[in-house]
Amino acid sequence: MAWVWSNLEQIWGLVLSHIALSVPPIIVGFVLSIPLGYWASRSRLARSVLLSIGGVLYTIPSLALLVVVPVILGTAILAPSNVVFALSIYAVAIMVRSSADAFSSVSDDVRESATAVGYSTWQRFFAVEFPLAGPVLLAGIRVVSVSTVSLVTVGSVIGISSLGNLFTDGINRNIPAEIIVGIVCVLLIAAIFDLILAGVGRLLLPWNRSAASLTRAAERASTLVTQ
Amino acid sequence: MIEFRNVTKRFPDGTLAVEDFSLVIPSRKTTVFVGSSGSGKTTLLRMVNRMVDPTSGTIEIDGEDTAALNPVALRRRIGYVMQNSGLLPHLTVIDNAATVPVLNGVPKNEARADALRMLDTVGLDRSLAERYPSQLSGGQQQRVGVARGLAADPNILLMDEPFGAVDPIVRAELQVELLRLQRELGKTVVFVTHDIDEAFLLGDQVVIFEQGGRVAQIGSPTEILSDPATDFVAHFIGAERGKRALSIRSTDRGEILVDSEGRAAGLLVDSVVGAQYDAGPKSRSVSNKTSQAGDA
Repeated sequence: MAWVWSNLEQIWGLVLSHIALSVPPIIVGFVLSIPLGYWASRSRLARSVLLSIGGVLYTIPSLALLVVVPVILGTAILAPSNVVFALSIYAVAIMVRSSADAFSSVSDDVRESATAVGYSTWQRFFAVEFPLAGPVLLAGIRVVSVSTVSLVTVGSVIGISSLGNLFTDGINRNIPAEIIVGIVCVLLIAAIFDLILAGVGRLLLPWNRSAASLTRAAERASTLVTQ
Repeated sequence: MIEFRNVTKRFPDGTLAVEDFSLVIPSRKTTVFVGSSGSGKTTLLRMVNRMVDPTSGTIEIDGEDTAALNPVALRRRIGYVMQNSGLLPHLTVIDNAATVPVLNGVPKNEARADALRMLDTVGLDRSLAERYPSQLSGGQQQRVGVARGLAADPNILLMDEPFGAVDPIVRAELQVELLRLQRELGKTVVFVTHDIDEAFLLGDQVVIFEQGGRVAQIGSPTEILSDPATDFVAHFIGAERGKRALSIRSTDRGEILVDSEGRAAGLLVDSVVGAQYDAGPKSRSVSNKTSQAGDA
């Protein structure tokens, strides 16, 4: 513990840079996956192509990607944007599938009914399909968030500062407390992000909450009946 | 007035849904399309608000060719009620009912206030206004669907098997309610169903379809029942059986009407008393024991 108290300032700095590296890929992943996922939900061909590409991208080893990205982008090898770019690729790769599933989960009846009462294509997308895809999109982005927060640590291996520094440094100097602090901080950030996302979901998707509680009520009722 | 002129619809997969269909749908009356599934009746309904475009032929509303109109603008001035209500699950009852006025640019508060009054019109309690559709019963959802269809005060109301998915008791209630609404509002209603009883109950004009969008007979319920055009129609309306094949049987206490099974179906009433029923379009001078017509 002594190590923690004497290094609080450094830990806090790493927490901040860790967050700074985590947030952009999550946002980029979410935003880019929306049009891609929508496209995949509307065309079988697009779905199989996009999901295959996503699958392939996700299998690229993160360390290799971090080394290749500066070559592609022409950035300096130590630029934080490399990590952001690489993690954005992973985020999109995971999120495209969720997003495709999310838009597929909107029933054709509802889509058709919206058209029949006079929503234009764009109005229907923003006012009907996007909000109704919300619950599945939310589930997807929560996975992306956790995965991104933990993957940021890999950047430390090539020298981009994050909480991963506590792992590399802790191993090099044999300070177990440092490694444990690193793990705890990463877990805390992941948990806080998840809470924030779940809270935003509750706020933006009130109808989903009532539908879910109604389903639970119905399940309870049916178990009572079967008993 | 809605006029179909030589309308044909062939789907991309080659299915011929409707062939050379012509019909005038009079204003402020209820026209019912009835037929089994695959008879093209829903396809025709959806051509009115351009959810489906015909392969050939034209559809005119008050003399205006719909092909020349913007489909989105057209849909906003035509009410549409579908099976399973088609309500938007993420909007509350009141926002669902106010959908079309809001799309038309009416300020939200104003549209909501109007929608509240519309809930009264369709017989829904205002306390349901803030609920979500999933928290309502099937019959209540259907009423919200009707409220939404009527909210922008359209001249035309399209109803695609709106009561197909609710239980028979609620269906009977909704049918009676629709008759009341129609008496009050006088919309041009086009109603699709596969239930001939529903067609006869609600329709001023009934169009019976055979497979492939061919019209078997067009007429008022009285005309069709008294003079079925073909064997298909006679069979479809069940003229020779069940509660439609009524006959008079004399008993000690007077004459009663019995159905083809010999069960008592009603009484032959005095024609003076019967005249009050003639106010309704589907009057039969029979007080039927199933008595859906009794409300007319």
